[in-house]
Amino acid sequence: MASEPLIFELASPGRPGVRPPLPQFDAVDPAAVLPEGQIRGALDLPEVSEIDVMRHFVRLSQRNHSIDTAIYPLGSCTMKYNPKINEVTARLPGLLEPHPYQPESSVQGLLALIHDLEAVLAELAGFATVTTQPAAGSQGEMVGLFCIQAWLRSRGERRTTVLVPDSAHGTNPATATMTGMRVEPLGTGPDGNIDLAELDAKLDDDVAALMLTLPTTLGLFEQRILDVTRRVHAAGGQVYGDGANMNAMLGRVRPGDLGIDVMHLNLHKTFTTPHGGGGPGAGALGVQAHLAPFLPGPRFVKTDAGYALEPAGPDSIGRVHSHVGNVGNLIRAYTYIRSLGRDGMREVADDAVLHANYLRARLAPHFDIPYDRICMHEVVLAGTRQRRLGVRTTDIAKRLIDYGVHPPTVYFPLIVDEALMIEPTETESIESLDQFAEALINVADEAKAAPDLLHAAPTTAPVRRLDEVTANRSPDVNWTPAD
Amino acid sequence: MKFPSDARYSREHEWARFDGDDVIVGITPYAADELGDVVYVELPAVGLHVEVMDEFGTVESVKAVSPLYAPVAGDIIGVNEALDGAPELVNSSPMGDGWLIRVRPDDHATAVEDLLDAEAYDAFVDELLA
Repeated sequence: MASEPLIFELASPGRPGVRPPLPQFDAVDPAAVLPEGQIRGALDLPEVSEIDVMRHFVRLSQRNHSIDTAIYPLGSCTMKYNPKINEVTARLPGLLEPHPYQPESSVQGLLALIHDLEAVLAELAGFATVTTQPAAGSQGEMVGLFCIQAWLRSRGERRTTVLVPDSAHGTNPATATMTGMRVEPLGTGPDGNIDLAELDAKLDDDVAALMLTLPTTLGLFEQRILDVTRRVHAAGGQVYGDGANMNAMLGRVRPGDLGIDVMHLNLHKTFTTPHGGGGPGAGALGVQAHLAPFLPGPRFVKTDAGYALEPAGPDSIGRVHSHVGNVGNLIRAYTYIRSLGRDGMREVADDAVLHANYLRARLAPHFDIPYDRICMHEVVLAGTRQRRLGVRTTDIAKRLIDYGVHPPTVYFPLIVDEALMIEPTETESIESLDQFAEALINVADEAKAAPDLLHAAPTTAPVRRLDEVTANRSPDVNWTPAD
Repeated sequence: MKFPSDARYSREHEWARFDGDDVIVGITPYAADELGDVVYVELPAVGLHVEVMDEFGTVESVKAVSPLYAPVAGDIIGVNEALDGAPELVNSSPMGDGWLIRVRPDDHATAVEDLLDAEAYDAFVDELLA
């Protein structure tokens, strides 16, 4: 497949894209009215016709893999189908067009929507209140840890250690470090659960929080979760829940009921706002009542006079986003929740878990599964059997591209050798799940019979294997004119 | 896998080899292979003193960032500056040009005595790959 030129390389001087109407007024010479230093020369923009632009971007989109193309089983990313009705509601003029500084009385509908979204999320996850201000899961984590720090300060305590199981998302230790805390890792037992003896040994009066990914990145539910949260609380610490995997629990488990004090929800994963294109995300944060005074403001409130934005209180950690967060995504998430309703939420979790377990059962004869028990929304395989044939997980992933499916997450979690982390989500049909399983089984057979097919893959994609070292160390992302 | 018998090895997959009064330290070919393509190596300041199992840097590959653990105790008297521009040396020559640090051991006589010899490390890695 020929490489697609940059749009600058498609340009031809003098070729217009759009012919604007002639001005209805007399032209003014800028030099006559503006100081010399404020007059701009020509901008170096590509001169292309509308059809050139259209074809260029359609060709690029055709080279992309998206959830609208085929299954996208990227573990821990919840790449579910995003219903198109979300795009309709997010474009309703009354929701699309308001200005952030418009009087509250003129945007009552939008304020009501976000207020109700926060209330529904709080109900779903079992928290006293939710803020939708954070713009990403990682920002939600940071706000959560700041709230824990502020709560500790309010009690005259200073604690600096955050316990993080080695089955947590990588953002958890990163967030703890970014907030100035010290990360202490916790090991995972052979059953895939936290090692309680190690937890007890590490729980001291410097532990501010345990950051728990639930279900874990092994796709497993922490079976002694109540013991874990009880012990952390007894030691004076808080439990932060990473809710990125909430899809497995919707309508079935409320993390707040398990003793989790604060947790973020990735609206761009669980609640079908678009992601995978680099954002924007939305990381709503739920907290128990004792942490509520520390949340960022303003807060959405309902008063006798209608809906309003209440400024942050004296204990708030302050604002973390301009205005009120990524509103477009909040509208999409609300639409999704209202489209499905309470029973629909439960079906999401049931089907997400069923699909992952269906794949686990189909793939078990062909791959090693180190922590092999009923899983939640995702299943983690190990390419260790294939490694003995001289084939690495990278090769398996690249070969899957030739079968027209997106590879799963690979080499994560770090505690599984040659990991293949598969999250099919609830939106795939059984035919789609079968197609994916058969592709993976074919690749496992090829690893035995014709391993060079895997080493050479991908062969049908727009690009072959990339030079990942150069891409990491010296990426060339600039374009400069030929002259 | 087979590893050179002139070096000793840690269970964290570092090797240590005497060079006169000093010990040269790097990561083993097994570790380099497991990490995948190395894109960056973060090395310590010369002069730092390390105990056995102290973290003395990190190695970043296209897959993950991994800590480096000192296999011997002593003063770090040199680091492999070449890795700054050419971290791929860790993959192409993990026990040669891809070395990491030069250590002046606290006790030359006992510096590597707790480390595995090549045969024991062979067996250790074979077990990991089984």
